[in-house]
Amino acid sequence: MRFILRAILLLVLLALVLSLPSFATSYYLGLVVKIMIYALFALSLQLLVGCTGLVSLGHSAFFGIAAYFVTLLSPESGAGNMLWLLPGAILAAMAYAAVTGALALRTKGIYFIMVTLAFAQMAYYVFHDTALGGGTDGIYLYFRPEIRLGDWVVLNIDDQFVFYVFTLACLLLTWLFLALLMRSRFGAALTGIRVNEQRMRAAGFSTFKYKLIAYVIGCGLAGVAGFLYAVKDGYVNPELLAWEQSGLVLLMVILGGMGRLWGAVLGAVALTLLQEVFQSHALFGEFASRWHLTFGLAIIALVAALPQGLAGLPDQWRNRRRPKSISSASAQ
Amino acid sequence: MTQTLLSAKNITRRFGGLTAIDNVSLDLKRGAVHAVIGTNGAGKSTLVSVLSGELAPNEGTIHLNQENITDWPQPRRARAGMGRSYQRTTIFPSLTVHENCRLTAQANHQHFWSWTPARRCMQSNEAADRALELAGLAGFRDQTAGLLSHGGKRQLEIAMSLSTHPTVLLLDEPLAGMGSEETDRMLNLLASLKSEHAILLVEHDMDAVFRISDEITVMVNGAVIAHGDPVGIKANPLVQTAYLGDEE
Amino acid sequence: MDPAILLIQCLNAVQYGLLLFLVASGLTLIFGIMGIINLAHGSFYMIGAYMAFALQPLVAQYLGGGFVLTVLVCVVLATVLGYFLEWAFYSYLYTREHLQQVLMTYGLILVFEELRSIIVGNDVHGVPVPSWLAGSVRLGDVMTYPVYRLFISLVCILVAALMFWVLTRTRLGMMIRAGASNREMINSLGIDINRLFRIVFAIGVALAALAGAIAAPVSSVYPGMGNAVLIICFVVVVIGGIGSIKGAFLAAMLVGFVDTFGQVFFPAAAGVMVYLLMAAILLFKPEGLFKH
Repeated sequence: MRFILRAILLLVLLALVLSLPSFATSYYLGLVVKIMIYALFALSLQLLVGCTGLVSLGHSAFFGIAAYFVTLLSPESGAGNMLWLLPGAILAAMAYAAVTGALALRTKGIYFIMVTLAFAQMAYYVFHDTALGGGTDGIYLYFRPEIRLGDWVVLNIDDQFVFYVFTLACLLLTWLFLALLMRSRFGAALTGIRVNEQRMRAAGFSTFKYKLIAYVIGCGLAGVAGFLYAVKDGYVNPELLAWEQSGLVLLMVILGGMGRLWGAVLGAVALTLLQEVFQSHALFGEFASRWHLTFGLAIIALVAALPQGLAGLPDQWRNRRRPKSISSASAQ
Repeated sequence: MTQTLLSAKNITRRFGGLTAIDNVSLDLKRGAVHAVIGTNGAGKSTLVSVLSGELAPNEGTIHLNQENITDWPQPRRARAGMGRSYQRTTIFPSLTVHENCRLTAQANHQHFWSWTPARRCMQSNEAADRALELAGLAGFRDQTAGLLSHGGKRQLEIAMSLSTHPTVLLLDEPLAGMGSEETDRMLNLLASLKSEHAILLVEHDMDAVFRISDEITVMVNGAVIAHGDPVGIKANPLVQTAYLGDEE
Repeated sequence: MDPAILLIQCLNAVQYGLLLFLVASGLTLIFGIMGIINLAHGSFYMIGAYMAFALQPLVAQYLGGGFVLTVLVCVVLATVLGYFLEWAFYSYLYTREHLQQVLMTYGLILVFEELRSIIVGNDVHGVPVPSWLAGSVRLGDVMTYPVYRLFISLVCILVAALMFWVLTRTRLGMMIRAGASNREMINSLGIDINRLFRIVFAIGVALAALAGAIAAPVSSVYPGMGNAVLIICFVVVVIGGIGSIKGAFLAAMLVGFVDTFGQVFFPAAAGVMVYLLMAAILLFKPEGLFKH
């Protein structure tokens, strides 16, 4: 019964999302695409944080590396070929993840948070201080890459609606991939590692290997989001790798809820909309330009009030009514 | 012919200036329970950690089935047949009893690249079923592990270490916090496991130790002060002083 | 390399390292004693610098004082601010998980940045070096070194010595050290842990603000300065081992030298050298040089 209800809900949402382009303005369409890209970005971090227990404060690096990859390697005179630009961008992100992850995963807890932040900052400086990425000015992507087999253009994403559906497809595929991954034996092991790594080692799991693979996959998926972001606006600059981005996407995961995969999507939607609201002149008038203040306060309040995120609200409510029996162990 | 499965020789482990284990040697034989007893701070838990691979010894060697495993990390030792239970319960509270065992059993069937859902892995399911059967928890299969009684959780702890088909079992205070009925059940369980495994039992409950062990090693301040069968140990004057002197 | 240039770079490295130590020691103290990871710690550095800039004319006008008095006023104000912030905000963070602390203090950074923007604006400012410190000393035949930079190092060394004295010779220091290794024990000894935490936090804030204030004449006062120093401080704490003042000192000096000489020998990769150092240390000592 619950399954049917859920399926109906999903179909309704899907229909809504797909019908949006027909009545939304260009601005709102762009906003929804931005939300979808951030949802993908947040999902990729959810694999690390919610599923494996690896709190990374440096996730923006992989987003940015992929974005720069596609921008730097796209020809200036015409559309590049996505068949190698997309995998290339993902692999570039994964390569950085493999090297930094192998080092960062030697640490735990608060050290891990700080080390991931530091490695992201390192990547930031590479793009910020060198001529590689045009420095602080950033660089432009002039033509959106297309899927091309020889001379046959299979898919061209210049059209706003086509790009919209393409982004949606990427998001859904990533979601499906992660759901299947978490259901598999690999995912079950990750869950065990998150709850009690020592126990998993005692059983015979080489946990470092698992964590590194999960880390690399998650960072590779962040690369997909970065690719889409670069392609969407056609412009990248070093601020994509700044730690404010890392903090923002981590917020999305936490506020959305670490206990469920879709918490990341919920968090991305909520936070992006929140930012839009606080920047709205219609609601805040002059104060809208000072939106960092209201946004910062909102973050503090929300994190304090929602320890399990939005997705965990039903559980939080239920536990408030019931006396504490077993402590709320992480769901899933 | 009693087969020596695990052999530890001259194990020494220091933490800064403190020598936690000083030149300790012991053997674990198939079909026997070897108990390690001692006062608090005697180094028993440290010894278990060194044998299981969580801590590296400063000196000494460890052999499993005649193979030198001194440099092996814990997961590798586990896959080679070493099982371990912890003093503080390390079950997964939000999973069911069966899922707990299936997860640990999976260590022998890891299959990285398989998309098969974890719950449908036949070998892991069978290993879990068998472990639950052995530990006497078959009736609690679908119970959420966090809701078990304390004794039940300790039983699950043992079941989880059994799910990987170990030949050597390192049990760190499995009877901790148990009432007499639960203790009886656990001791019957250990007795039934004896024939197929070599068991190291670290315990404080003296009655239980003398009931079930075949040999006993007594440690005080990191060193072995006595070793032998239960009768001999009971009569040993050194042991009596150590216990009578340090008893709270 | 010319020995005079080598000496200059060494002095620069020491000065940078000592400044970092001031900020990082506050960070590691707060984490070691109270278990709080405070992302907004860099903001206190920024606040110290902006205070030095904004208060200088006021101090000159109403108190008739110069730079030193301004810095003292900044430190006093920062201590009060720290005391207040601990009571109003940070005391609620003790029971929360590190992740929540990270995100809540992240929100706090945004608040601080915007408040600063409202109060003082976003411009880059310079703070003049006081005239009595504006000279240079001779090093060898041709080279000179700014007196003010030596002044910075001197202040840092004095503060470090003061910190060492307080930690090892006073009752407060004993309580702090005890609290660092066993928080529960402190409570059961009847020491008012709330007040202790408030004092420690205020000290941490004061240290960061002091660093910002005295660094202002050399580094100028700009919006992103807090965040930049924070991340380097994280590297210092990771290398030194969290909770360890000794570690923070050693690591800060290491970072100071690697960064300074990195800029000399590999100017293109300058910003990256410190992280490579961190990566190298992680290979051998994942828990830092001095485990807490």
